[in-house]
Amino acid sequence: MPAGRRYCGVVTRPPHDPPEGAPVGRRVVLGLLGLGALGIVTGTRLQDGLSALLAPVQTRDPTGLASLLPLGNTFRFYSVTGAVDEADAAQYRLTVSGLVQQPGEHSLADLRAMPQTDLVRDFQCVTGWRVPDVPWAGVPLGHLLDLAGPAPEATAVRLTSFDGTYTESLTLEQARRDDVLVALRMLDGPVSHDHGGPVRLYVAPMYGYKSLKWLSGIELTRDVVPGYWEDRGYSVDGWVGSSNGRSDDPTS
Amino acid sequence: MTRPADAPPAEPELSRFGRPVRWVHGVVGVLMLVCILTAAALYNSSLQVLVGHRRVVELVHVWCGFALPVPIVVGLAFGSYRADLRRLDRFTRHDWRWLRSRTRRDGRIPVGKFNAGQKLNGSLSAGSIAVLLVSGTVMQATGLAPLAWRTGATLMHDWFALAVGLLVVGHVWFALRDPLALRGMRTGTVPARWARSEHSAWAAEFDEPRD
Repeated sequence: MPAGRRYCGVVTRPPHDPPEGAPVGRRVVLGLLGLGALGIVTGTRLQDGLSALLAPVQTRDPTGLASLLPLGNTFRFYSVTGAVDEADAAQYRLTVSGLVQQPGEHSLADLRAMPQTDLVRDFQCVTGWRVPDVPWAGVPLGHLLDLAGPAPEATAVRLTSFDGTYTESLTLEQARRDDVLVALRMLDGPVSHDHGGPVRLYVAPMYGYKSLKWLSGIELTRDVVPGYWEDRGYSVDGWVGSSNGRSDDPTS
Repeated sequence: MTRPADAPPAEPELSRFGRPVRWVHGVVGVLMLVCILTAAALYNSSLQVLVGHRRVVELVHVWCGFALPVPIVVGLAFGSYRADLRRLDRFTRHDWRWLRSRTRRDGRIPVGKFNAGQKLNGSLSAGSIAVLLVSGTVMQATGLAPLAWRTGATLMHDWFALAVGLLVVGHVWFALRDPLALRGMRTGTVPARWARSEHSAWAAEFDEPRD
């Protein structure tokens, strides 16, 4: 029978203070904290090394297992609304409207029949991750604007998503750059739903949030209408390396 | 839940966890679970596309994350909680033997209130939670630290989150395999017989004469 004090059949006597031995637990905690602090301060270099090593494997890993590892520079998928319904490729339409002479509505087949541009550019997220050498292909946004014929008072483009919430903006001048694509393909395949397919925007020289996903509408406007992320504090002109207080290497 | 008929306990119960310890464990457990689930939705592509609502999920994750250390700190106000922390902190030579042993569960190596695996889990979890708190703060409060640190903080947050996830899975795995240990955390007491087989040195403390 245990000899401790008893209360309602339970031995409650707090055993006397026994600790002996080395305070290993404390050392583990402090060691991890040190490791974490070091990682935070040197992380950029650490991440560059890791991702240079692993990005080719990760972006093209057919099993998708590599993407479960937090290795830094792979695509991370952000969606600002609830689940986005997949667009049926046959039903998909991209509308061009607003201050234009010729409003348009393009099916996926129409877009595929237009002149295509291929680009290989890094994709840089404003939160820090960067996917090197992503192959992109699609119709230059400028081509669609030319087809529609912007009215003289139009100075900007407002882009909308069929997720119902996400919007973006570009000045007309930015939109006409030849590295701004209505992307139909990325990573050597059709743009997948998770990547914003079947059709997304790709604004090569700007941070990822400017490359609107699930593109469904192009509207020409009199002024720049700040988009979803700009309303939440990000720069309207999201040039990689010279906006949002960041100094990444330019992507284009 | 059906339980065996409540016969009067032939076996005495030993008090294992005081109320403060159990409450801290429970609250931290719930917060940890919410953090893990929201983290999964923020991190995993398919889940993120399925769940969406990034702003809301992010807010829940961030605030549960900041709240998580609070019960741990509040617990320090209680002596029984501090006593358990001290026990988790200290490694004896028996602990090192226990970790190396292949037959560690046969009871030949004296085990105190916590075995070396539990001690290791405790300190690794505590350290990782601290790193997650620091790196999460750097990611959140962008004005506090140079922007280059944010990339490093994201990287650390990701890796330590993965580590904590594995620690939690291991913790739950071992807990589910031992219903009496689980009951000890729920009700606070364990059968003396269980204590003698799993934590012999601790059970023996109850037999020592009080000075």
